[in-house]
Amino acid sequence: MAIFSRTPRAPLEYSRTLWMRLWVGAVMVFLYAPLVVLMIFSFNDSKRNVVWRGFTFKYYDKALGNDVLVEALVNSLTIAALATLISLILGAVAAVMLWRFRFPLKGAVDGTISLPIIVPEICMGVAFLIFFAKWLEWPTNLIWPFNLGAIIIAHITFCFPFVTMVVRSRLATFNREQEEAAKDLGAGEWAVFRDVLIPHMRPALIAGALLSFTLSLDDFVITYFTSGPDTITFPVKVYSMVRFSVTPEVNAASTLLILLTILLTAVALKLQGVKAIAETH
Amino acid sequence: MAEQDWKANKRVFAAVSVPTLLWTLLFFVIPMAIVWFYSFGENRGLTEIEFSGTLENYKRATEFLYLSIFGKSFAVAALVTLICLIVGFPVAMAITFASEKWRPWLLLGIMLPFWTNLLIRTYALMMLLGTQGFANKGLGALWDGASWLKTLVGMQPLPTWEPVQLLFNNFAVVFGLVYVHLPFMVLPLYAALDRLDRSLIEASLDLGAGHFRTIMRIVVPLAAPGIVAGVMITLIPALGAYLTPDLMGGTDSQMIANVIERQFKKANDWPFGAALSFILIYAMFILIALQSMRRKVPEAR
Repeated sequence: MAIFSRTPRAPLEYSRTLWMRLWVGAVMVFLYAPLVVLMIFSFNDSKRNVVWRGFTFKYYDKALGNDVLVEALVNSLTIAALATLISLILGAVAAVMLWRFRFPLKGAVDGTISLPIIVPEICMGVAFLIFFAKWLEWPTNLIWPFNLGAIIIAHITFCFPFVTMVVRSRLATFNREQEEAAKDLGAGEWAVFRDVLIPHMRPALIAGALLSFTLSLDDFVITYFTSGPDTITFPVKVYSMVRFSVTPEVNAASTLLILLTILLTAVALKLQGVKAIAETH
Repeated sequence: MAEQDWKANKRVFAAVSVPTLLWTLLFFVIPMAIVWFYSFGENRGLTEIEFSGTLENYKRATEFLYLSIFGKSFAVAALVTLICLIVGFPVAMAITFASEKWRPWLLLGIMLPFWTNLLIRTYALMMLLGTQGFANKGLGALWDGASWLKTLVGMQPLPTWEPVQLLFNNFAVVFGLVYVHLPFMVLPLYAALDRLDRSLIEASLDLGAGHFRTIMRIVVPLAAPGIVAGVMITLIPALGAYLTPDLMGGTDSQMIANVIERQFKKANDWPFGAALSFILIYAMFILIALQSMRRKVPEAR
């Protein structure tokens, strides 16, 4: 240990002790090794995922040539994009309501809005199943992208409370004198919202968008219950593939999605810097 | 500055409250209320359900079979939370006391898997734990090594390595849930440790307490709110987990969410499934109530 450190370790530099480094290293290996193995084996020239038989791109060809898989991926991305957009608007508006106003039953409203964060996915899935299939009798044979409507509504319902949470904690640091100054200078309500409040909320909006997009893209249970027999999303498709036939195609498709996640994270980093991203969680 | 009364600016209040309230009512409160009503109904024929106000579904949920599944789900979730706490606490400590340059990257390292698709992570773990996977190969290599060492000292070699079943049992469920939920635990722990006043730790060390004693007597009590938050954030989703026990568990690894799913798909007993869902929701409420009670006690003192 002493060989590696140029200055002697201060008492509080726990992260410079050897066993701490080993522990963190082991946890990182635990978190990343399965994903790395999965990505490596997407290039494996073998039908079974066990022995390395040489490098190939053929499972990427196969995955991208698999119409159902591509359709599922396009559906998932469409759902995530639309759900994120509406969640951002709803979530920000709800945060402003809870932050700015005092109104009757505020505690109950606040609690109900954050309830979807706590209610188990399976219970919400069941609720949407009954709601859309039995109660609303949501038509299942609409043309794309309207056939995704029920899933998008379900996703917005569990995504926007997260946006509200993030935006609200950001609004708590807002200096209301800024708003007053803007009003004194003649700005109306809308102008204050657009030119003063939104710029202040921006980091929280980016974090909220990232959070909703990933939550939506990630969701299996609620989608599984909400979707009709004809609509398929990426997690639902991967689920059935893992269930019935494990092929390197799944690895290839998964690798593409992992790369997309990394890309999104990189974009967020570029927009916000690593520190801000880390702090919003 | 204080919040504004809603009457002071009704137009703006309407603009920000109507969309939210309408959405929550229509797409959350009403669907949940329907499930609640279903839980007091009974099956009439294949698709007909009569809302007779019966408590039969809740009575059936107290049968030994279902009680034992509830108990098991709790036990699994509690074990997963405990393991996450033990594994995650040192990691959160390391992140807190890392240098300015390293800290954000370590945090990102914990968060990136959390942003990666759950199904992909579960599948990756299944690949690794399968009978032909790397975990088994690694164990096999160790076994062969041990066998070779035994022959080296002139003893009988060990019998040939038989791959162990690491997947489709309770071990796999716990392992998978820990893998999935570890980031949930580390992030709130880090948030709590980061707010800690470091001079208190220094004082404890200066006054002669060792590192271990300082952690147990100073750091852990001060970080208690964060520990409780981490425990709740891990325990609640682990209790309602569906995917991990479904894909990685065996026939005896069913958790409560799998039983609920079965009522809505194969068993086609929606009222009973609805009752089980609400029991699970009530269990969450009790957990959260316990947490907020805990939080109020030190404030009162």
